[in-house]
Amino acid sequence: MTATVQEPSPAATGTPVLSLSGINKRFGAVRALSDVQFEVRLGEVVALVGDNGAGKSTLVKVIAGVAPADDGEIRFEGHAVTIPTPHAAQDLGIATVFQDLALCDNLDVVANLYLGREVLRGGLMNEVEMERRSLDLLRQLAAKIPSVRTRVASLSGGQRQVVAISRSLLGEPKVVILDEPTAALGVAQTAEVLNLVERLRERGLGIVLISHNLADVFAVADRIVVLRLGRNGGEFTVGEVDQEDVVAAITGATDNVVAERAARRAHVARPAGEGTES
Amino acid sequence: MSDRTVVPPEDEEELPAVGSAAAVPGVPTDERIFRRAGLSGYVDDFLSRLRTGELGSLPVIFGLVVIVIVFESLNSVFLHADNLVSIAQQIPSTGIIATGVVLVLLLGEIDLSIGSVSGAAAAILAVLNVNQGLNPVLAIILALAGGAAIGLLHGLVFTKLGVPSFVVTLAGLLIWQGLQLRILGGTGSINLPPDGPLVKFGQTDNAFMLNTLAYVLSAVVAVLLFLSMAREAARRRAAGLRARPVAEIAVRSALLFVLLAVVVYVLSRDRGVPWTLVVFLALVVVVDFVLRRTRYGRAVYAIGGNIEAARRAGLPVDRIRISIFILTSTLAALGGLIGAFYQGAVDQATGSGDTLVNSIAAAVIGGTSLFGGRGKATAALLGMLVIGAISNGLLLESLSSSLRYMITGTVLVASVVIDSLARRGRQSAGR
Repeated sequence: MTATVQEPSPAATGTPVLSLSGINKRFGAVRALSDVQFEVRLGEVVALVGDNGAGKSTLVKVIAGVAPADDGEIRFEGHAVTIPTPHAAQDLGIATVFQDLALCDNLDVVANLYLGREVLRGGLMNEVEMERRSLDLLRQLAAKIPSVRTRVASLSGGQRQVVAISRSLLGEPKVVILDEPTAALGVAQTAEVLNLVERLRERGLGIVLISHNLADVFAVADRIVVLRLGRNGGEFTVGEVDQEDVVAAITGATDNVVAERAARRAHVARPAGEGTES
Repeated sequence: MSDRTVVPPEDEEELPAVGSAAAVPGVPTDERIFRRAGLSGYVDDFLSRLRTGELGSLPVIFGLVVIVIVFESLNSVFLHADNLVSIAQQIPSTGIIATGVVLVLLLGEIDLSIGSVSGAAAAILAVLNVNQGLNPVLAIILALAGGAAIGLLHGLVFTKLGVPSFVVTLAGLLIWQGLQLRILGGTGSINLPPDGPLVKFGQTDNAFMLNTLAYVLSAVVAVLLFLSMAREAARRRAAGLRARPVAEIAVRSALLFVLLAVVVYVLSRDRGVPWTLVVFLALVVVVDFVLRRTRYGRAVYAIGGNIEAARRAGLPVDRIRISIFILTSTLAALGGLIGAFYQGAVDQATGSGDTLVNSIAAAVIGGTSLFGGRGKATAALLGMLVIGAISNGLLLESLSSSLRYMITGTVLVASVVIDSLARRGRQSAGR
């Protein structure tokens, strides 16, 4: 489980590795998700955007197995699956890096990377092997960590994000979900994390990027999926739209006819409020 | 596929990258890049740790030297061999309890019942061995099992019912002291047979190791340290990682041997090395090993550092917390038994008074953080040397217990203040 080999697949052309359709999720009287569909292919970065309360986090929780959907179909590598627990998601090959990162400040980078799955040798922790693999992994990702034996507490926000993302790769996932990875990061650190996201794509992973920052989204994503009030609010291909179109979809400005016409001219793949067909 | 992206210029202020251009091809660098080679590297390392609040054992050792100087100047008996042997006999009981306190503090929790549990266990032993005439070994096992059962109860109430450990063990403090009084019954005091094996082990002349054996054991320990560190270094080198030079390992092992041999020599000028001290030291070594080398130990640190992260990493958080409460109570029981062997009797005061404060103070003074996740097993030993020296020195001055309590309390507060300040230093240094 060195997490080194991942078939780099032809980017974003294959069939979806993960696809969700008709997802409904209710919290009491609140319909958090209604009839949502979403898909990720290997080797692509899909940005999931939306206003506060649009259902991004709920959708991530459905995929990560934290809060399973009420109904709807989830297919992973073509097979219908259920994701009732976080463990089930990990077993399928879906890794999630939540916003709080869940790192132990008092442990060093190696210990954090291997927390809960330490490499053993004669019943004891094999520190040498874990350290070697950690160095390998971080080097492959060209990650900038001062030393794998420094405590995580002394790392910068960007470096902590890098450690958390690297850790998610140890399970050799096919899909990695990043929840607001650049929130609260400086310019340089954001660039570092975005570089890392691109390297994950080069490794052939499917990446779901949740972000509020459209600049970051446009910098790194291939596709943008907009959620609005718990429904699909549009889907765009980066390079064919500009930020205003996406903002319009997020805020719902496309609901009016003028905006819809403008959007059509800008090759919008799917206008708001329509698409449940795949 | 490994894409060596050129380091973006805006990252110049960042620390050097893993596997950056500076790396010699094929030889992984990184790692202790902060330490320059040679002696100056160690000095640098040392100074930066001082600045950033990673004080380690330094304040304790410094404090210990000051305490020794003060008491020796007050009363020249302090450093006499027979007094040092007395200290060596007084330390193990509370020290073993403090080892358990280190464990529970690592979780970020507290156990206030340790004094009462040690007293209750001593009472169980005395009643079973003296009143019921049970075989001493069996009595010891049952007393320890009693401690373990108490810890299990604490752990279950804490984890399953969600009662804070402070409250659970505060209630335990009363409950188990009540149990101790009840077990001891009307007289409230039971003398262990003075010529029985228990007292012989803890107090009288059989209680000391043969001096030759002590020297041999010191040498064996130093050699084992050398071998294990040398093997580790060889494996690291084979894996292409930076390793300690053999010379450094040899010097460290030699220093350990010299230290142990000096202790043996000084104690041998009087009665020798007490077996109870050997038990305490062995226990510290075992706990240290478990904490540093096993997954279980790693999990304990992780829970103390960030319990949510530990949970998400799939660690059995509740089971580990319960097991630590069991260990802490069992060690408290063992400390109580060792104390009873030394005292030769168990009464209503066994485990009460300053046992609780002393053992917590020892763990904290030794460098265990009250905030969880930071500390080592050796903290119990270092801290206990300080506490033992203070108690003994104050006894020599024949101060009243009122003064002794106030001084010990002040030392505890001082050690917590150092911990808080160090923590602040770490935070401002971003550690």
